[in-house]
Amino acid sequence: MRAVDDVSFTIRPGETVSLVGESGCGKSVTALSVMRLVQPPGRIMAGRITFDGRNLLGVSERAMRAVRGARIALIFQEPTSALNPVFRVGDQVAETLVVHRQASGRQAHARAIELLEAVRIREPATVARAYPHQLSGGMRQRVLIAMALACRPSLVIADEPTTALDVTIQAEILDLLREMKAEYQLALLLITHDLGVVAEIADRVLVMYAGRIVEAAAVRTIFAAAAHPYTRALLASVRGRAEGRHLPAIEGVVPDMSALPPGCAFAPRCPSRIPPCHVEAPGEIALAAGNSVRCHLYSPDASAAGPAPHPSVGPESRFGAEPVDFGRGDR
Amino acid sequence: MTTALLDVRHLVKEFPARGARWRSGARVRAVDDVSFSIEEGETFGLVGESGSGKTTTGRCILRLITPTSGEVRFRGEDVLAASRTRMRELRREMQIVFQDPHSSLNPRMRVGAIVEEPLVIHAVGDRAARRARVEELFRVVGLDAGAMRRYPREFSGGQRQRIGLARALALKPSFVVADEPVSALDVSVQAQVLNLLMDLQQHLRLTYLFIAHDLRLVEKICDRVAVMYRGRLVELGDTASIFAAATHPYTKALLSAIPVPDPDRRGSRIAPGADAGTAPLREVSRGHWAAV
Repeated sequence: MRAVDDVSFTIRPGETVSLVGESGCGKSVTALSVMRLVQPPGRIMAGRITFDGRNLLGVSERAMRAVRGARIALIFQEPTSALNPVFRVGDQVAETLVVHRQASGRQAHARAIELLEAVRIREPATVARAYPHQLSGGMRQRVLIAMALACRPSLVIADEPTTALDVTIQAEILDLLREMKAEYQLALLLITHDLGVVAEIADRVLVMYAGRIVEAAAVRTIFAAAAHPYTRALLASVRGRAEGRHLPAIEGVVPDMSALPPGCAFAPRCPSRIPPCHVEAPGEIALAAGNSVRCHLYSPDASAAGPAPHPSVGPESRFGAEPVDFGRGDR
Repeated sequence: MTTALLDVRHLVKEFPARGARWRSGARVRAVDDVSFSIEEGETFGLVGESGSGKTTTGRCILRLITPTSGEVRFRGEDVLAASRTRMRELRREMQIVFQDPHSSLNPRMRVGAIVEEPLVIHAVGDRAARRARVEELFRVVGLDAGAMRRYPREFSGGQRQRIGLARALALKPSFVVADEPVSALDVSVQAQVLNLLMDLQQHLRLTYLFIAHDLRLVEKICDRVAVMYRGRLVELGDTASIFAAATHPYTKALLSAIPVPDPDRRGSRIAPGADAGTAPLREVSRGHWAAV
């Protein structure tokens, strides 16, 4: 079964890229692949993950351990299960520094308290002595962010970091992530199913469906002129109001990844499908700089049945040098 | 003014405080003097964050847990004073759909039997009649009757929630507590299930208590909304009125925290106040009450 199929994207330093999709679409597997943490029997079949000019799929496990947690850090969705329940949170933050920075216990501990303070935890010394179960969900997520920042990584992958949290706490964590991004000049790969969260924080958006990226665009383009019918349907279901007591819904169900339909995986649910959609999977079609879609409606030979041509968008905002390149990560 | 289908007065539910010493008598008020009424045919939203007491309120109303004090009247009848036999009859009228479609269906039972179970318990009809009713229920919630012999694990989250709904509707209730019915579902499936809930409401003349933390959903489907904070109701009114003219500081904070799907309106938020105060609800405009 292919959980992730021919996925390519780049993240530039300081940039926030949001990977959007529903459960089972392959977004978490994509993130784990970047960290080379895919659990057997799952494996990365083909592809290239270039980070700082080095192909991470080619380096030794030992070299990878030096990257993981230090250069690329991961923040999980469930702050409860990501923390070890039997150790004090201060010690867990310090552990990263002892492992990666060979810090002494005392140094690491002092630094851990600084980090807890940096993620806006009041009374960091007291919190450092607490066990995870003594903290609220929001506090635990702050601790995880402190852990992720401990070694000053250049890329943070956050997998649904606010999904398990209440809406007011979610807003606080998003604020914190924004501040941390600016302060630490982080590149952020944010995985979420919530387009509201995307609008709050992303620079660029990748929409994933059934293991493939079906649309890639700057955040404003996605919200102003989404191209793929799936993206549009998702937006409608978030923004839509009941019309005569009916909400805009996407009919059908997310496809079973082990029995994907031929052609485009979204075709059975797509309101704008045309005959070729059931036959051949659409290739990537560039619409503008940094804006692409996998949809037959946009192929040059698609008939007049297709929608109006995509409004062209201005050049993407400027990004720093040295792109992080995640090339063709098949699995 | 029509009589309310459900009338909740001064509802209180206390639990032993967590971490308190055994028999120390320390209590925490999960629901603190909550009053509201729901009209026939209405969708009444009860919103709040985790721990605000909204789920406890829903369960007290159905007497799935016993409230500490207060009154719950269903069509004028005192639910909390009902005898065992009478309560059984009342339960046919008042049903619940749970949040988690994975844990609320017995994994060892075929889904047909799950939907039939309430009919068996309440001794409705003979086997053939029950079977026909189950088939009808499957059709009503948009499932293929051929799926009856399958097990819950063979269904997606959205389909499982439909099965939970079929079970809740088996006894033809007039009132359904829907406790976060779509929060465990994918965005693309949420709208399907909500549309089903609204269709059923129209066809079966149902009244809903819709418990949710997602204000975006509440805004879309509820007629009136009550906001809970730390066990108390802090605001209650027509959905449009609450969303257009929130009065209580907590409601305002909650509304401003909703991520807006518009990248040009980032991060304009109000921090929730440290304390909600304990002011009683007062009418700030017609039908709109706030604890300010």
